Amino acid sequence: MAIARVGSSEKVYSPNKRSKRNAYLLLAPGLLWLLLFFVFPLLNLAETSTKTPSPTFETGEFVQSFRFANFIDAFLANQAQFYRSFTYALAATIIALAIAYPLAYSIAFRSGAWKNFLLILVIAPFFTSFLLRTLAWKQILGAEGPVVFILKFLGILPDGATITATAFSVILGLTYNFLPFMTLPIYASLDRLDYRLIEASGDLYANGATTFRKVTLPLSMPGVVAGTLLTFIPASGDYINAQLLGSPDNFMIGNVINSRFFRVVDYPTAAALSFTLMTTILILVIIYIRRSGTDELV
Amino acid sequence: MSNDFREMPKDPKTRSLINAQISRRGLLAAAGGVGAVALLASCGSDSEIAAGSFPEDEGGTVRWANWTAYMDQKRVDGERTYPSLNKFIEQTGIDVDYLVKYNDNDEFYAQVQEKLKAGDDIGYDIVTPTDWMAARWIRLGYARELDSANIPNKGNILDTLSDISFDPGRNYSMTWQSGFAGFGWNKDLVDEDILSLDQLFSEKYKGRVMVLSEMRDTIGIILQYQGVDISKQFSEDQFMNAIDFLKQKISDGYIRQVKGNDYLEDMANGDALAVIGWSGDMFSENLGGQNYGFAIPESGGTLWSDNMLIASTSSNKSNSEKLINHYYDPAIAAEVAAWVNYICPVKGAQEEMEKIDPTLAESPFIFPDAETLSKVQVFRGLSAEEEFNYSDAFQEAIGA
Repeated sequence: MAIARVGSSEKVYSPNKRSKRNAYLLLAPGLLWLLLFFVFPLLNLAETSTKTPSPTFETGEFVQSFRFANFIDAFLANQAQFYRSFTYALAATIIALAIAYPLAYSIAFRSGAWKNFLLILVIAPFFTSFLLRTLAWKQILGAEGPVVFILKFLGILPDGATITATAFSVILGLTYNFLPFMTLPIYASLDRLDYRLIEASGDLYANGATTFRKVTLPLSMPGVVAGTLLTFIPASGDYINAQLLGSPDNFMIGNVINSRFFRVVDYPTAAALSFTLMTTILILVIIYIRRSGTDELV
Repeated sequence: MSNDFREMPKDPKTRSLINAQISRRGLLAAAGGVGAVALLASCGSDSEIAAGSFPEDEGGTVRWANWTAYMDQKRVDGERTYPSLNKFIEQTGIDVDYLVKYNDNDEFYAQVQEKLKAGDDIGYDIVTPTDWMAARWIRLGYARELDSANIPNKGNILDTLSDISFDPGRNYSMTWQSGFAGFGWNKDLVDEDILSLDQLFSEKYKGRVMVLSEMRDTIGIILQYQGVDISKQFSEDQFMNAIDFLKQKISDGYIRQVKGNDYLEDMANGDALAVIGWSGDMFSENLGGQNYGFAIPESGGTLWSDNMLIASTSSNKSNSEKLINHYYDPAIAAEVAAWVNYICPVKGAQEEMEKIDPTLAESPFIFPDAETLSKVQVFRGLSAEEEFNYSDAFQEAIGA
């Protein structure tokens, strides 16, 4: 910049201006996309959320009456499902982390020539629809399926007990479906980790556990944070797992929003619930990122 | 179904206005007001209800959205074929896309609603909603008026179905099949006939029972169990009692899931031992190798009909009408009924059935006798407000 100032004033600022303009031009498609597919629908949703049914109660007809109490009503009527969504999502996130971290660690550090093959195995489930995979679990864990049969035969599961249609199978489904989202970011941050740092830790007389706690884990935190977010956020809005693997007693907030939109055709309640869900997730995520101190890394 | 509004005018504009009034005030209250409303309506000029802008008839393949296990089937070289449909295709040269897209009335309606409103093609020419939903389609102008000239078999419809409250004279809809909602069970796993709700919700089947997400069937059966006549006016308190009963059975863990027509999958894989389900489903699944039983509850089951309507967005009207006509040929209707085992809406089909299978011609589930009909009721028409509130309560009860 200081060197550029030697030239004429026109020449000093034009490259700067142009690069700014170029930056906006390059950003334009993305911004336009966000505007069209995020901001507008969001405004539409906001507008819908304060409507009330038309005086004739005709299906799908609503009038704008700025009834903000919709939010309170919708929340109070569905507290249980909200609470359940976050509990299930949290449980699934913790279990997925417990499975994914050792998995990612061994792929990154211990797999040798098998590395790429193992990575493909992690991604392989994505080659089939996640609906089909969840349905497969429904069959495997079904009341007349192989797992229940064996567990009953061994006397582990009492007669009359089932695995599907319980909270257990919903959390299992969530964990299974989002496991790759947890594994890949952790793998990525472990793989980038400079192995010499771990060696240095050993040279400084840290044992394995201390090295992990003081070196490996802190350096892989960006991956852990990204992985937990990529699991927790979609899991708390998910409804497929609860629908296929749960009973009405295991339904999550996503099921309610789905049924309000597509069955009762009660758009205002559905919109209010969607907004509440989005806001709650946003707040939780902000707190989480602040707490984990990795805001610049995510 | 038993409501008589025979004096209703033919003009669709007038009728939809009247129907809107009916839905608003409740069927009974409206009966007296019909004359006055008709007078008012006939004075009005073109209103938005006179949806004159239907698509041009372009012909082509008829796309028909129907329910699961609702058409006679035969495996040919490992592929599923529909013999009665193939006859139509051979005779007329009109192609038909038969699409099993109905799992639940609400679900289907919600999927196409926005397009109907906007007048965009919904992807189907013929749809097959149940009575109460058919009433909504017709009321909102989402069904095209049928041209009788293309349906010479129209007169074959059973007298009991020819003049119904939501479509007097059958100008917009023709019955596809009728049926009962009652108890179904897997005979391989259940060794008794289930005849009452107490049996259905007994310890033996706890957690292995499923009920229909069709409110009128599930709640209709519970209401009758509680001694309420569902064909007549009942109070909101009575309805909510039935909702509480359902909620209790769900939270106590008796009911595993609340489902649409896909409850058949859960019966097939054994997750469900017993269900509140639909009559014909049990019999047609038995043709496929299952061993299911069906009974109408002692306290009363429900009777419903599904109707063929041509969607307002269809650009394939006359071919669709020809297809509807085809299924009102008694021989064809008997062929369908012999497979689906639902109540056949076509006169003369019973005689044709004698030729196919004399025992089926005696089946009270296909050609019901007075005794069978005395055990079932049709859920009364709900006003739009009731429909919104009741459906809201029902959805909340089933956890969503």
